Amino acid sequence: MAPEEIREVIIEILGDIAPDEDLGSLDDAVAFREQLELDSMDFLDIVMELRKRYRVQIPEDEYVQLASMRSTVSYLTPKMSEVAK
Amino acid sequence: MIASKTSQLDDSQRIVITGVGLAAPNGDDLGQFRSALLEGKSGVVPYEIRYFGKTIAGVCNYDALRYQKRKELRRGTRAGSIGIYAASEAVKDSGIDLENFDRSTVGVYIGVTEHGNVETESEIFIISGYNYDTSVWSHHHNPRTVANNPAGEIALTLQITGPHYTLGAACAAGNVGLIQAAQMLRLGECDLALAGGVSESIHTFGIFAGFASQGALATHEDPTKASRPFDLKRTGIVVAEGSCIYTVERLADAKARGAKIYGELVGYAINTDATDFVLPNPERQAQCVQKALARAGLNPEDIDIVSTHATGTSNGDSLECEALRNVFRHSDRTHFNNTKSFIGHCMGAAGALELAGNLPSFRDGVVHPSINVDDLDPECDLPNLVLGSPREIGPVRRILNNSFGMLGINSVVIIEDLGQQGH
Repeated sequence: MAPEEIREVIIEILGDIAPDEDLGSLDDAVAFREQLELDSMDFLDIVMELRKRYRVQIPEDEYVQLASMRSTVSYLTPKMSEVAK
Repeated sequence: MIASKTSQLDDSQRIVITGVGLAAPNGDDLGQFRSALLEGKSGVVPYEIRYFGKTIAGVCNYDALRYQKRKELRRGTRAGSIGIYAASEAVKDSGIDLENFDRSTVGVYIGVTEHGNVETESEIFIISGYNYDTSVWSHHHNPRTVANNPAGEIALTLQITGPHYTLGAACAAGNVGLIQAAQMLRLGECDLALAGGVSESIHTFGIFAGFASQGALATHEDPTKASRPFDLKRTGIVVAEGSCIYTVERLADAKARGAKIYGELVGYAINTDATDFVLPNPERQAQCVQKALARAGLNPEDIDIVSTHATGTSNGDSLECEALRNVFRHSDRTHFNNTKSFIGHCMGAAGALELAGNLPSFRDGVVHPSINVDDLDPECDLPNLVLGSPREIGPVRRILNNSFGMLGINSVVIIEDLGQQGH
């Protein structure tokens, strides 16, 4: 999966988790929490969805990598390079 | 007219209902619900659920987004949602400005028949698609299934910081929520209570399958005719969802703020059969009714309407009628009706909802009927059982509401119209 496809996946997951938010204006460089109403349970939802859909395992001490869209995509790119969309 | 014992109490110990919020299968507020009961409009529809397949149920159509965002709905449970709707509607109806109320003095007491089955079944279904790998079991499972969930979601949404909890009391729970509110208000544990019951039970296949295995699930080619307490051809229970939550206050507080008063809780009782897991005990039911009458200082003939619990099961209906016949045999004033015939069995919400449907009788003197009785079971032939269409009976002063549940729990409340005194 290419970085832009990973971004699409994350947007799709965020759409389910935060259905009231406008994701069209998301700034990839800025932390999710500064732009969206997300709490720790929501971040666990992102981790859970990636595990369910693509069997991607994210260790707890690496959750911090999911802070912004840019850091998330760059963290997931090597992990999901072999994953088909 | 005999006065209830509570009239001798100080207003700080008298408990009144000042607001009603509800979601019923045939109405989203008290006005709609009452109209449906007077017009004979059922809320039972065709329904389908995972594993069990096609069946019928009482399904609510309230606007779940009126008081919650989509994200909050996704995070919480159906019991939480239907409770938040009813609690918010009750507060609005009461005229209380919660924004400027000391919310640490508000208690939330919500009756439930069961809680957690919906989420547990759903999670097991999801992990079955992953070869039962529990690493995909949701982190939402525990906050959604803790027994206080519906009351907790109400408190969280309304920013109430007083006590909140649920009362697990099977299908007696709606009355039990109200009774708990009265006790806590009298003890000074809260100054305002949000109390009643909720049901999300149509979203668990287990309750349908369980009643079917027990031979107690109603079937009928016309869903609106399936819930038929007292009829010879009754086949069992129609499972329903719903909620009814009251704002409950001390009379002194209600008077001080010039509140609209629906009625005073003048009597109540809870007791236990201690004889069977599911089969009711008419002797204990009669004792529960008598205990409530005694607490209120009333005689059977002082009750104008008895809202029966009857669910449409063969044994349950006739045993309740036996209990009522024993208590009310000398009262030619008391009328009997049944609300489940319209909406099915709203489980934890049933007691509170069925009481609510009768409260407007204080204003209009009309008793809504029990519908779907084509052929009355002689064992259920109570005098003044109102069947088929509403009956005007003149001034209604007191309503007695029965609500019974599995493991032999019985609950009864008596509500009195305060008339001008309450206005």
